[in-house]
Amino acid sequence: MINRSVAPTFKSLETFHLLRPEEIKLDNGIQLFSFNGGEQELVRIEWVFNNIAWKDRVPLLNVALSGMLLEGTTHLSGAELAEQVDFYGAFLQPEYAFDHLSLTLYTLNKHIGKLLPLIKDVLQNSIFPEKEFQTYCRNNKQTLSVSLKKNDFVARRLFNQAIFSSTRYGYSPEIADYDAIERADLQGLYQQQIRPENCLIFIGGRVDTTVIEAINHEFGQDSWGRNAADIAKNKVEPYSFDAISTALIYEPKEASLQSAIRIGTRTIDRKHPDFSYLWIANTLLGGYFGSRLMSNIREDKGYTYGIGSGIGTLKHSAFFTIATEVGADVTSATLDEIAKEMKRLREEMVSVEELEVVKNYLRGTFVGSLENVFSHVDKFKRLYLADVDVNYYQRHFEIIKKCTPSDVLETANKYLNDEDMAKVVVGKGISSKKGQG
Amino acid sequence: MISYQRFVLGNGLKVLVQEDETTPMAVVNILYDVGARDEDPDKTGFAHLFEHLMFGGSVHIPQFDTPLQLVGGESNAFTNNDITNYYITLPAVNIETAFWLESDRMLSLAFTEKSLETQRQVVSEEFKQRYLNQPYGDVWLRLRPLAYQVHPYQWATIGKTLSHIEEAEMEDVKAFFKQHYSPDKAIMTVSGNVKTAEIKKLVEKWFGDIPAGMKYQRNLPVEPEQQEMRRAVVHADVPLSSIYMAFHMSNRLSPEYYVADLISDILSRGHSSRLYRRLLKDREMFSEINAYVLGSIDHGLFVIEGKPLPNIAIENAEKAIWEELIVLQEEPVKDDELEKVKNKIESTMAFAEMSILDKAMNLAYFELLGNADLLNEEISRYREVSATAILCESKKIFRKENSSTLIYLANKHDQ
Repeated sequence: MINRSVAPTFKSLETFHLLRPEEIKLDNGIQLFSFNGGEQELVRIEWVFNNIAWKDRVPLLNVALSGMLLEGTTHLSGAELAEQVDFYGAFLQPEYAFDHLSLTLYTLNKHIGKLLPLIKDVLQNSIFPEKEFQTYCRNNKQTLSVSLKKNDFVARRLFNQAIFSSTRYGYSPEIADYDAIERADLQGLYQQQIRPENCLIFIGGRVDTTVIEAINHEFGQDSWGRNAADIAKNKVEPYSFDAISTALIYEPKEASLQSAIRIGTRTIDRKHPDFSYLWIANTLLGGYFGSRLMSNIREDKGYTYGIGSGIGTLKHSAFFTIATEVGADVTSATLDEIAKEMKRLREEMVSVEELEVVKNYLRGTFVGSLENVFSHVDKFKRLYLADVDVNYYQRHFEIIKKCTPSDVLETANKYLNDEDMAKVVVGKGISSKKGQG
Repeated sequence: MISYQRFVLGNGLKVLVQEDETTPMAVVNILYDVGARDEDPDKTGFAHLFEHLMFGGSVHIPQFDTPLQLVGGESNAFTNNDITNYYITLPAVNIETAFWLESDRMLSLAFTEKSLETQRQVVSEEFKQRYLNQPYGDVWLRLRPLAYQVHPYQWATIGKTLSHIEEAEMEDVKAFFKQHYSPDKAIMTVSGNVKTAEIKKLVEKWFGDIPAGMKYQRNLPVEPEQQEMRRAVVHADVPLSSIYMAFHMSNRLSPEYYVADLISDILSRGHSSRLYRRLLKDREMFSEINAYVLGSIDHGLFVIEGKPLPNIAIENAEKAIWEELIVLQEEPVKDDELEKVKNKIESTMAFAEMSILDKAMNLAYFELLGNADLLNEEISRYREVSATAILCESKKIFRKENSSTLIYLANKHDQ
C-alpha cells in the first residue's frame, strides 16, 4: 500500500533557458529582433512604435490611431484590407498601450508573402476615412457607456487618476472626448509616430532568411515617404506626478450588489535593485492563489470570488495595486482585512515554510511562462522597451533563490505601507462620513 | 497533427500521453464526465459548486494548493454544461506530485463543513460578480430557459438562482461525489516533457487502486422540436438596448455542427464578416454585432447578439438581421468566402498547438466525444463543408419558429 499522506519528493528548479534574439538592422536602420523556434510553420511579427504626444492632444487620439489603423489606405478600403487578411487566415491586431502602439500579425508562413505588402500599405499609406472615423467614435462612445456601468471599470479609472494625477497615465476618456478629437490630428499623429525612425520589429516562430529578406524588402528600403521631422519635440516628457492623496475615494452606486475596491501606489520599476524583492513580497501578499489576501478574504471569509495584487511597469513609472470585487455588505470589513494583512506583512516575519512555497512557486511559474517561442519574445521585448539589460531575469531568478524572511520584512516596510496608498471604492457599504475623497 | 498514446487502467481510467520535449513543463488535465446538464432541476449550480470544493482538501491531504505551489506548480478548473475539467501545470520533474494530489481527491474528498460554507459564499459572490452586478450579466439566466423548455441546458452552469447555491447541503455534496467522481468517469491527459512508460508506472501506482464507481445512466429529457417563435422583452437599467437571438442547432458530433460553425464565421468572424461589414459599417445600424455557436455536446444553440445604435428602432434592427439570415438561405456562399472561413480555422488550430495546456484539454475533450483522434480530423471535417450544405443548414436553422429572441430595452431615465 502506498502512503498517501506523504508527498512525493520534489526538485526545485535551478536554472532556465532564455532564448536570445538575432539582432538585425534593416537597410534603413530599423532594428529587428528575430527569435527562431517552434514546431509549427507559423510566425508572429510585431511592429512597435513609441507613443508621441501630438500637439498636447488627449491620449484618446493615440487610442484612436490604433483603433483606426486598419480602416483604409490610399490603395485599399478597410473592407478590402479585412477581406484579404481574413482570406489568408491571418490575424492582424493593432493595440494601444500607455507607452506604445503595436501592430501584430499572426500568420502561417505560407501566406507571409501575400500579407507583408498589405501591412506596408497600412503603415505607410493609411488615410483614416472620415466616414470610418465617425463610425469609430460613435461605436466607442456606446461601448464606453456600457463599461461605465461596471464598478470595476470605474474603480480602475479613479485609481489611475489618483496615482498618476494629471499626466497621460492618469487620463481616462470621457464620452465627450470623442467629440473633441479630429481626423486632421489623427493624420498628423500618424505621420509623426508611424515612421521608420520610431519603429522596432519583433519576430518569433519559424523564421528563416527568406522571411527576413521579405521584411527588409517591404519595410527597410526608405523613409516610408515621411518628411524629415523633429520627432524630439513631440516626445512624451518624463512625467511629474503629484503626491498621492490617501483619503478614501468613494463613488456610491446604490443599486450595487458588490463594491469594486482598488488600493495601491506608484512604486519602483525593474531598474531598481529592490524590484525582485518587491515582486516576491507582492506574490506573498496577493500574487497567487495561495496568497494571504486570497487565503483570508476568499478562502476563509468568502467575501469575494477573487482578490489579487500586482505590479505593473510603465516607461516612466510603475505601480502596485490590490483589486477585488466584494459583497456590498462586507465592503468595510474587506478594507479592514486588507489593512490587517499589509500590517502583518510589515510587522511579522514570514515563516521559512511559507516563503519557501512562494519562492518555489515563482521559480516554477517563471519557467512555465516560457512556454513557446512567443513567450521568449515577450520577455525580451518587455526588458528592451523598458531599457533594462538582458541579464535581468538571471538576477531575478537568483534573488528568488536567496531571498530571506527578513528581506521580505524590510521590503514590505519600504514599499507596502497602505497608509500611504490611494484607496478607491465604487459601490456600496461605506458610511458617508468616511467617504471624504 | 498531435500524436499521443493511450492506455486504460483496470478501474476504467483512460489516460492519454502527449510527449513534447520542447518544454521543461508538464500538464496533467483531468476531465470528469459531469456538467450542469447532470443536475437536479431543483439543485442547480451544483457541478460548479462542487468544482470549488475539489480544492478544499481531500482524504489524506488537508490542502490542495499549498503542496502544489511548493513544487512550482499551479492549478485551476472550469465547469460548463457538459463537463468539469481540472488542470495542473508544473515542472515535469515534479509530475508525481500532481498524480499524488489528483488521485487523493479522486479517491475521496475531506468533506469539511468549513469548506462547504466558504465556497457557498465564494460562489454566491461569483454569481453576483459575473451574472448580476453587470449590465446584461443575466442574459443567459433569461435566454436559456426561453430556448430550452425541458432539456437541462435551460439553466446556466452557475445555477438558476442564488438560493440553489445557498441551500446546498453536505449530504448533496457527498451524493454528487459518489455518483460522478470515479476513475471510470474520468479522462486524464498528460502533456509536456514526459515519457509514456514512466507515466504509465506512476499512474498505476497512484490511481490503480481507486475503485470504479457506480453506474451512471445519463438519461436526459430530449428537447422537443420548437414549434413557435418565442420572444421576451426586459426593461432594464442598461445603457443600450440589446438583441439576443438563439436558434436550435445540431449536436457536437454531427456533421451539421461544422456547417453551423462555419456559418457563424461567415456572419461574424473578423472585420470582413457579413454582419460586421453590412450592418455595422455599411448600414450603420449596430455598434456591436456577433454570431457564434455554443458548441455543447447535446443539441446546441446558434446565437446572434447585437446592440443597435440609439437612432435605430429595435424592430428595424431585428429585421436587418433576418435579411442577412435570408440571404444565407437563398444565395449560395461564394467559393472564396467559404475558403476564407476554412483558412481561418486552419490557422487557429495551428496556433493552438503551441500550448501544452490547450493540447491536453483538447485531447481529453475529443476522447470524451468518442476518440481523441477526432481532434486531428477537425480540419478535414471543416474542409468537407460545401456551399450547398451551408444553404441547407441555414434553411433548417434560421426559421422564425426555431428562434428565441430576448430584447433588453434600456430605461431612459438616467441618460
